Amino acid sequence: MSSNKVVHALYNDDEVVLEAVKKVKAANHHIEEVFCPFPVHGLDKAMGLAPTRMAITSFLYGITGLSIAIWLTWYTMIGNWPQDIGGKPSFSWAENMPAFVPIMFELTVFFAAHLMVITFYMRSRIWPFKKAENPDPRTTDDHFLMEVPVHGNEEELTNLLKETGAVEINIVDKH
Amino acid sequence: MYQFSSKLKIFSIALFILGLLGTGWSFYNGSTATIEDAKTAIASKHDDGHHGNKNVDSHKETKHADSDQHEDVHAQGDEHAEHVLHQMKNRPWSAFYVALLFFLGVTLLVLAFYAAQRVAQAGWSIVLFRVMEAITANLLPVSIIMVIVIVLTGMHFNHLFTWMGEGVFDKASENYDPIVAGKAWWLNVPGWMIRGIIYLIGWNAYRWFIRKNSIAEDTATSIKIYKRNYNVSVIFLVFFMATESMAAWDWIMGLDPHWFSTLFGWYVLATLLVSALTTIAFVTIYLRSKGYLPKVNDSHIHDLAKFMFGFSVFWTYLWFAQFMLIWYADMPEETTYFLMRFNEYKTLFLSMVVMNFAFPVLLLLNSDFKSRPWFVIIGGVVILAGHYIDLFIMIMPGTVGESWGFGIPELSATFLFLGIFIYTVFSAFAKADPVAKGNPFLHESEHFHYYNIEHHSAGEENHH
Repeated sequence: MSSNKVVHALYNDDEVVLEAVKKVKAANHHIEEVFCPFPVHGLDKAMGLAPTRMAITSFLYGITGLSIAIWLTWYTMIGNWPQDIGGKPSFSWAENMPAFVPIMFELTVFFAAHLMVITFYMRSRIWPFKKAENPDPRTTDDHFLMEVPVHGNEEELTNLLKETGAVEINIVDKH
Repeated sequence: MYQFSSKLKIFSIALFILGLLGTGWSFYNGSTATIEDAKTAIASKHDDGHHGNKNVDSHKETKHADSDQHEDVHAQGDEHAEHVLHQMKNRPWSAFYVALLFFLGVTLLVLAFYAAQRVAQAGWSIVLFRVMEAITANLLPVSIIMVIVIVLTGMHFNHLFTWMGEGVFDKASENYDPIVAGKAWWLNVPGWMIRGIIYLIGWNAYRWFIRKNSIAEDTATSIKIYKRNYNVSVIFLVFFMATESMAAWDWIMGLDPHWFSTLFGWYVLATLLVSALTTIAFVTIYLRSKGYLPKVNDSHIHDLAKFMFGFSVFWTYLWFAQFMLIWYADMPEETTYFLMRFNEYKTLFLSMVVMNFAFPVLLLLNSDFKSRPWFVIIGGVVILAGHYIDLFIMIMPGTVGESWGFGIPELSATFLFLGIFIYTVFSAFAKADPVAKGNPFLHESEHFHYYNIEHHSAGEENHH
């Protein structure tokens, strides 16, 4: 029914789309999604999206990597097969710690970076061979698309979006 | 225009006088120290050793080593006492020298950071230009004091540098040191004095030129002065990169003339650079809270804190790179440096890593914290203290060895230079327009907003 109808407003400039989002929000309309060819700074705030929790996950992944590195260096160099490191056969993890710092650093970065990317893909519901979700291929080139649901206020919305500088406005049925 | 408040002026003069009195007292104490004082100091130190050993009484070797030491002291008591006496005489000089190099280095690195901003044609930092210029006003007085110290040291008024000792280069002398003698082409008194004075003249010449022409930019009608300032800053940075490393060898690494590290110049640079950025942040936050920097917003503070965070990590990287290679290779001629620091300065050596790395990194990791003046101040105080300690344990082991302390000589030298710093910096800030209004990037700087943070204090703090 009418609740499945959405307006697709296309813009050709990131500054314009940012201003448009602010105006549409100010007029108390819900914005379903904005599709951009590149990240636009401040767009998430203008749309009223909750701040990302990616930084927190990154910190936790880093701690995980650090712990695994500590365990790994202990197990391989001290616990399972004690090694003479740098001519100092102390067989103690703490006393050989300087030699393990590069490994601890690298695994912290490795875990934080890779797991963060994987988390991002999962949260964005992107995986290999997935069909693209963007409604218009031009949003991967030089256009920005704002999707606003219609609740029987088609005309009002269209006028508002035209005022904000949209270069094209389509009303489509969303399946 | 800013007016240097009389309250702050009196405070800085009081600090200076307090520092001067304390320094005078320590120099008097040092010069009148006798061999008896040295023996008392050794005896009291030995008692401490006994207390320490009680805890490991079961360890036979420790006991044995201790009794050996006893015999040593009795047999060569006088020689050892004379050694300690030399260290006691060095202490007021060393305390003064640490504070001098700290303030000279921080001021110099503010100048270098400022030059880098000009060369990079950075847009964000223009509203901070006059703050940085004001801080570099401290360069001239500390350079004059440094020249005096260089001349007095060269004339053997102190014995901070063992390689300047008598007969070190003389094969016939009993003080002959073949390793140091092999470095005589670089480590010789005339060369050392001339080089030091050249560095200082070069740095001060740039500071004098750029300050004059930065003010000339304010009323300039063409871009010519701005371009010339750019060119001169490029030349200065090249000169600075070479002379900063050489100054670090001459003035700090030369205190341990047997030892060397190829990354020492950068390591000193990292220590001074992170302190310099903290200093810029402190002066900026202070002046902004008084309402004299209305154009400075939270994003500028955020950027300074990002630099503090980043260069704290950079310092740790260099500190650790220097340490780990020496630790791993385990060659006696290299490890002596860390052995001395780890045995005699253990608490400072270890707490320094927490203060310069763990604490600022964890505190300033959060993006929001970096734009809050109070967090920047808490982090900055720890950073400044940590890097003072870093410089302290670069210098003290080579000059006073195990006879170090932290008391009136060290505190009063710091007060003395802090007094000079506050006086020169704030009177220089009062002498020019607080906004570098002739800079073509000023507009960009005024509207600088890091997208990820909210500006808080812009409204509330300007009403003071």
